[in-house]
Amino acid sequence: MLEKNIFAGFGGQGVLLMGQLLAAAGMMEGKKTSWIPSYGPEMRGGTANCSVMLSDMEIDSPIVTKPTALVVMNRPSLEKFESAVVPGGSIFVNSSLIDIKVQRTDVNVYYIPCNEIAAELGNDKVANMIMLGAYLGKAKCVEIETVLDALLEKLGEKKAKLIPLNREALLRGAACIE
Amino acid sequence: MSLKLMKGCEAIAEAAIQAGCRYFFGYPITPQNDIPEYMSARMPQVGGCFLQSESELAAINMVYGAGGAGARVMTSSSSPGISLKQEGISTCAAAEIPCVIVNMMRGGPGLGNIQASQGDYFQAVKGGGHGDYHAVVYAPSSIQETVDLMPKAFDVADEYRTPVIILADGLIGQMMEPVELKENPNPVLPEKPWAATGYDPNGKKPRAVLNSLYIETEDLDVLVDRLHARYEVIQKKEKMVELYNTEDAEFILCAYGTVARVCKAAVRLLGEQGVKVGLVRPITLWPFPSEAVHDAAAQKSVKAALTVEMSDGQLLEDIRLAVNGDKPVEFMGKAGSIIPTAEEVAERIMKMRRA
Amino acid sequence: MATIFKRTSVLTDVPFHYCPGCGHGIVHRMVAEVIEELGIRNKTAGVAPVGCAVFAYNYFDVDMYEAAHGRAPAVATGYKRVHPENIVFTYQGDGDLASIGTAEIVQAAHRGEKITTIFINNAIYGMTGGQMAPTTLVGQKTTTSPLGRSKEHCGEPIRMAEMLATINGAAYIERTALNSTANIIRTKAAIKKAFETQIAGKGFSMVEVLSPCPTNWGKSPAESMDWIAENMIPYYPLGVMKEA
Repeated sequence: MLEKNIFAGFGGQGVLLMGQLLAAAGMMEGKKTSWIPSYGPEMRGGTANCSVMLSDMEIDSPIVTKPTALVVMNRPSLEKFESAVVPGGSIFVNSSLIDIKVQRTDVNVYYIPCNEIAAELGNDKVANMIMLGAYLGKAKCVEIETVLDALLEKLGEKKAKLIPLNREALLRGAACIE
Repeated sequence: MSLKLMKGCEAIAEAAIQAGCRYFFGYPITPQNDIPEYMSARMPQVGGCFLQSESELAAINMVYGAGGAGARVMTSSSSPGISLKQEGISTCAAAEIPCVIVNMMRGGPGLGNIQASQGDYFQAVKGGGHGDYHAVVYAPSSIQETVDLMPKAFDVADEYRTPVIILADGLIGQMMEPVELKENPNPVLPEKPWAATGYDPNGKKPRAVLNSLYIETEDLDVLVDRLHARYEVIQKKEKMVELYNTEDAEFILCAYGTVARVCKAAVRLLGEQGVKVGLVRPITLWPFPSEAVHDAAAQKSVKAALTVEMSDGQLLEDIRLAVNGDKPVEFMGKAGSIIPTAEEVAERIMKMRRA
Repeated sequence: MATIFKRTSVLTDVPFHYCPGCGHGIVHRMVAEVIEELGIRNKTAGVAPVGCAVFAYNYFDVDMYEAAHGRAPAVATGYKRVHPENIVFTYQGDGDLASIGTAEIVQAAHRGEKITTIFINNAIYGMTGGQMAPTTLVGQKTTTSPLGRSKEHCGEPIRMAEMLATINGAAYIERTALNSTANIIRTKAAIKKAFETQIAGKGFSMVEVLSPCPTNWGKSPAESMDWIAENMIPYYPLGVMKEA
């Protein structure tokens, strides 16, 4: 297994966290992982992105230039990275906020209305977890429960009450993938 | 012992603490701010001291004060800030102060940018500050390796009473990887009878004079000779290098840090196409592992070497000196923080192969 | 025979290199005497500057650092943070403290760093050969202000003691002079007060000493003492600027 992912969106959409949780869950399941954020002025109000690799073998270069999966939460991110995806790769589009379609015909495309589902769950903030669930529904590289373990570690026991909501969000996302 | 997903900067800071570092002086600059931030929270927990200085200049001089007082001490910065520290690094080298300086390199010259770069190779390896001195320079290529090198960096600094530079790049500082940290709550530190800890004229310990000024020519000569002799021992004992797939290779890649990882990926890509390529990765940039570089590149099977770097031909000079004309050494690199891709490196090797 | 006066043991036997009539020798002796009288010799470290006092590490018989130009307060900070129970002083001139080292001295005071600074103000760069200092008086001729310091061209001299006294972290700031026996005695009392301030852990302390430089002023030692009284003291008033 070698997953090379790019997660991208507006600052504040939780794209860096999505990547971190995936990398942490991969580590917990004994895989080799790496996470690289974009950093600098572009983080302030602009687009943020991170590259996450998961592999059964040692990761030589952690730099993702040709992702096997692209996860985009806003339109500028899709426009920026669409062409980079490897043929046969996947693009996950947050269709709640992105009103254009993917032009590529050589990739698998999944349109996930993340913000609408999040609103159904009563919390806009879990849009990223719905998207992460969708990604996991397709990639199946780590278990959803492991992601929740990683989230709990990040949040701390005091915020453990947020876990059920996030579980539901991940499952709803995963259910979007046939 | 368990794995933890950690940012490079934070892992370095924690590893320094585990290595017995209890004093940190620094000034904010991107992309290494996670180091002072982490230290500011952690140092009080271990009975140490974090102090945000007014400038990089002040920070390195606080390092001088604390290192001279016998403590394990560290500062960190990124390229423009490291330039400001050069006065103090030269002072520490001359005054024989053990200390560790982390440089999370960003693009230059001038203010440059804040993305990863390797443009400070010459500065770190060839002196940087004025006068005849060296600092030991470690160039880790992963977070785990950075963490593993930290105790070594402090030990080497103490053993040879010298500044040690960790030359990483912004990418290593900002990325996260699983890392195993060895906990060491009570590090045993070497005795430092030369340090300024208080002087009793009736006691056995001589008065500490920590100084970089030797106004008499003969006196300065004694210091420089002493440093030179020490540098020879360091050259003999402290070189570190990784040889990856070099035996009977057709081409040899030479790279350090993040770029070396890209080159490893290129070695694999080329291997899949049946082209045997090896990588020589210096882990110490000073002392430079010239013999290993030479031996790998000068093998009969090798057609040429290719130096890959995120700078404009800096590592290249040391590789060429090491290979000493025995094989052609080509250069591939870009300043301005453009990270070469494994595919580009592989393509270049294929082009060299066709030539 | 009874001993009625003895040189302090906190100075080494190395003869001072200072010019005839220079103030450094007087201040060195008083600093050393204060260290002896306070019984802190075994736990005191000094930081020498760049300037005429650059060799101070040869004279004070305590642990000594030599710092790069202007950086003494930063070096002292590093030492003090490692050995908070010990005493550390910097000994700096006006080029070192009031020009190239303004950031370090202001920020040491700002942090309330528990260090003591002895600041020798002789209105000129001595070591490098009589160039203009930030403390050089308007109209004063130096090797880089051959027509006299011009206010229009490079401003008016900086009053460090007053400036540092505005900073909360400064616990004791006094300006004294060496131009008379009475003022020398007052200077020693101020130095003692500054060290006591550090011992009490109150914060940053500094004594600014108006000091003669006959060689670079082009005056005899006696004329230099008069010049301090006639020209320096009117611009740099003596007294305690801050006492917390």
